[in-house]
Amino acid sequence: MIDALEIGDDCLVLSQRLCQWVTRAPTLEEDVALANLALDLLGQARLLLSRAGDEDDLAYLREPAQFRNCLLVEQPNGDFAHTIVRHLLYSDFLFDLYDRHPGDDVAAKGVKEIAYHRDYARLWILRLGLGTDESHRRTTAALEALWPFTGELSQPSPFVLDVLREASLAVPDVAQREGGRRGEHTEHLAPLLAELQVLHRAHPGARW
Amino acid sequence: MVSLAEARRIADGVPDPELPVLTLGELGVVREVNELADGRFEVVITPTYSGCPALSAIRDDLVHALPGASVRTVLSPPWSTDWITEEGREKLREHGIAPPRRTGAVDLPLSVRCPRCGSPDTELVSRFSSTACKALHRCRACLEPFDHVKEI
Repeated sequence: MIDALEIGDDCLVLSQRLCQWVTRAPTLEEDVALANLALDLLGQARLLLSRAGDEDDLAYLREPAQFRNCLLVEQPNGDFAHTIVRHLLYSDFLFDLYDRHPGDDVAAKGVKEIAYHRDYARLWILRLGLGTDESHRRTTAALEALWPFTGELSQPSPFVLDVLREASLAVPDVAQREGGRRGEHTEHLAPLLAELQVLHRAHPGARW
Repeated sequence: MVSLAEARRIADGVPDPELPVLTLGELGVVREVNELADGRFEVVITPTYSGCPALSAIRDDLVHALPGASVRTVLSPPWSTDWITEEGREKLREHGIAPPRRTGAVDLPLSVRCPRCGSPDTELVSRFSSTACKALHRCRACLEPFDHVKEI
């Protein structure tokens, strides 16, 4: 069974992170693409958190230590390579999870959306890995920074390893970190939640 | 007094808020219309995408079209572009949006035809466009950019 709180939190936090690119992405097309990815994840977060309780209370009124998202999704956007590597690693995990639960209605719907996410990330990894010395260097740095958070997800899958091989990128040899599922987060989650929650906390029940 | 068949026709005929050239029936978003025990109607809809921001507008439009009706959202079976009717596909094309191809059946990646000049010589600019359900393409023949309802 899919843990609605853990995966709902993953989707919510990653969606919020991606929204931080809006109006700042390298090109207009990527701005639109990243906003679309964020929108899909927000939709899935709402469906899953509604299953776990009241979606607004869960999103707006919990403290960082009460969030059950994995550490990977709360990592900062960094440069474009960091954002793409993070998205490859997380969509790889979420695609496999949804794919293993065809009887779950959120998963059955979400798997079709996440297939596009994974493919989007794959195509960018190929372009970045095989692009210029600079793009290769930045993507390698992003992999080294984010690889420690893959163990918590029991990933990557052969899909990711194939993409990296195809993109001439090395699999990093780095120690693993975990703790997000127990509420032990990195220092990056609290500021993100502060931004997400400030309006609702200042004006409870505010509506557009 | 509106009959169940009329209620279905009314619900099917409500325009989609994001693609107003299509009705909710042509888009495949209206799944069922039922008559409840108390005589009111219930419209069952399914979102195109999980995060579809048009869902609340769709709900409001349906209640406006069928006063007193309730609207229930179901996720399963997940919406597919295969549910867009032939008439709906034709309308999309007429309005400069390339309709989706059938999912599953095609192994060869056939190109998306330009909805303006009909040329198959088109390229993908971005898989994501103005709404969650569309991708952005460009025609190499007439050089116009166009939206394509991507297969899902």
